[in-house]
Amino acid sequence: MDFITISGPPSSGKTSVIIKTIDNLIRRGVKVGVVKFDCLYTDDDILYEKIGVPVKKGLSGSLCPDHYFISNVEEVVQWGQAKGLDLLITESAGLCNRCSPYVKEIKAICVIDNLSGINTPKKIGPMLKSADIVVITKGDIVSQAEREVFAMKVQSVNPKATIMHINGLNGQGAYELSTLIYDEKANIKTLEGSKLRFSMPSALCSYCTGETRIGKAHQLGNVRKIDLGNYNAN
Amino acid sequence: MQINFKELTILELFNNYPYARDFFSENFIPIEGLEHLTIDEALENIDEDIIEDRAINIEVFKVHLLEYIEMMKSFYTDEAIEAHNITILPGFYKDGSKENYDELEIKSGEIICIVGPTGSGKSRLLADIEWAANKDTPTKRTVLINGKTLETKERFSASNKLVAQLSQNMNFVMDLTVEEFLDLHASSRLVENKDDIIKNIFDKANDLAGETFKLDTPITSLSGGQSRALMIADTAILSKSPIVLIDEIENAGIDRKKALELLVSEEKIVLMSTHDPILALMGDKRIIINNGGIDKIVDTSDEERNILHKLEKLDKIMFNMRNKLRYGKKLEFEEEIENA
Ligand SMILES: Nc1ncnc2c1ncn2[C@@H]1O[C@H](COP(=O)(O)OP(=O)(O)O)[C@@H](O)[C@H]1O
Ligand SMILES: [Mg+2]
Repeated sequence: MDFITISGPPSSGKTSVIIKTIDNLIRRGVKVGVVKFDCLYTDDDILYEKIGVPVKKGLSGSLCPDHYFISNVEEVVQWGQAKGLDLLITESAGLCNRCSPYVKEIKAICVIDNLSGINTPKKIGPMLKSADIVVITKGDIVSQAEREVFAMKVQSVNPKATIMHINGLNGQGAYELSTLIYDEKANIKTLEGSKLRFSMPSALCSYCTGETRIGKAHQLGNVRKIDLGNYNAN
Repeated sequence: MQINFKELTILELFNNYPYARDFFSENFIPIEGLEHLTIDEALENIDEDIIEDRAINIEVFKVHLLEYIEMMKSFYTDEAIEAHNITILPGFYKDGSKENYDELEIKSGEIICIVGPTGSGKSRLLADIEWAANKDTPTKRTVLINGKTLETKERFSASNKLVAQLSQNMNFVMDLTVEEFLDLHASSRLVENKDDIIKNIFDKANDLAGETFKLDTPITSLSGGQSRALMIADTAILSKSPIVLIDEIENAGIDRKKALELLVSEEKIVLMSTHDPILALMGDKRIIINNGGIDKIVDTSDEERNILHKLEKLDKIMFNMRNKLRYGKKLEFEEEIENA
């Protein structure tokens, strides 16, 4: 079984891109399954069911979604194998720009869109910077020049990535993506012992563990204060 | 390229590759005060907290730095990929039968129209060209650039550069004036004579647009016609891509003839999927698509060009009528016909 992780900011077009790509894989007889990770809510699983692929979803609830992802990825890989998949895809919403769910030696794809603003590539951390393939969506509704500038900004924070423009609506480019992401020779059985590409923040503060009260008295562990400079009350 | 991280100092790096400085700041790596150290030493000297806070991975950064310098060098030295001609070799219709032509060669400066019913495969043909298909798309066509297939790596890195696209749905989304926008695009392309280029695009765009706009007009408030005029002038003059794909850009509110002339004068190869007879007849050839395959390739004949003149007259009549309507005048058909 081959395995790829797909990640990207909310609403960047991950699900549309994956569905159009799966269409092409199914036509070539590849058995694909998806596990969708999200935070509080998702109904993307229904969209995957509609195209007839095995799908599971995981909601992280009160946990950091990327921490939740990595704590469960081995189970997900085992599920994929039990289902007899040729290709397992995980989709996760990158909610925090500090974390990313990419694992060393597992293909990592980041989906971002042309409408997100030209400073976005710089702001997105490891999720963009350590991806192997960056898919840029919504290029059909912005000008050629804006597309070129945006791609250039992506390239300058991740010069190694293959950049692909995909139209999530009509699927233009999805065929080409499907040829890049699936390697029929890949034989991934377990992630036991594999490593994250990027360490997640180690800090833990009172609020991580359920504290709701505001004020110094309740703040334990890793506390960092905002620097507002010197100022006088007036 | 020889960049020895153990020997080269940051200062020497920046002197040799000025753009490397931006790469440090884009990646939030604080290098001030460490410039006299070798690259390795400087990177080892960065505070652990900063590394954790800013999600820096030094090993990845080093690999990316080399890649970035390589990339920027190629931006400066590479001329655009040149595509003097593209050749399309036959593949298969949707029903699996072979397409019925030997080969189709398109040269720079040519305008090719693609016609056919919805769902027949026009966009697929444009995509085959965009990705330089090598028997590995649903049509199994082969597309040669200057007589050669591209390597996988070339195809996917070149895909950004080989083809520029224009379509009806495109809009400007950035919060910039026309001038700032052109400046941004010109800067990202690292062109030398930036001011001349900006002026040139601005003039050409105004020439194409019915209603004129200014350098300080916000791009998002341009009308549909003005936007497309600016997009076309910008693509013709500033885009590196030698091939321009136009997907259904009818009723553009611009001088379509001049727009095509501008693209062609910049030695672009223009492929245009359209149902507009005026546009279709402006092409040198048209490709007729049916059931996923290229059914026929027709040269625009002299008789057809004669019709083009008549159609242009009709178009002018419609244009004048629209203007009269807009300014509250009475519409009279006979008078318009005589004036045209
Ligand atoms: N020769 C072909 N073989 C198989 N599928 C094809 C072929 N040509 C086109 N298709 C598929 O048919 C669908 C419709 O084609 P499209 O190019 O979008 O049509 P149009 O742009 O003319 O409306 C697409 O999914 C495309 O991939
Ligand atoms: Mg189409």
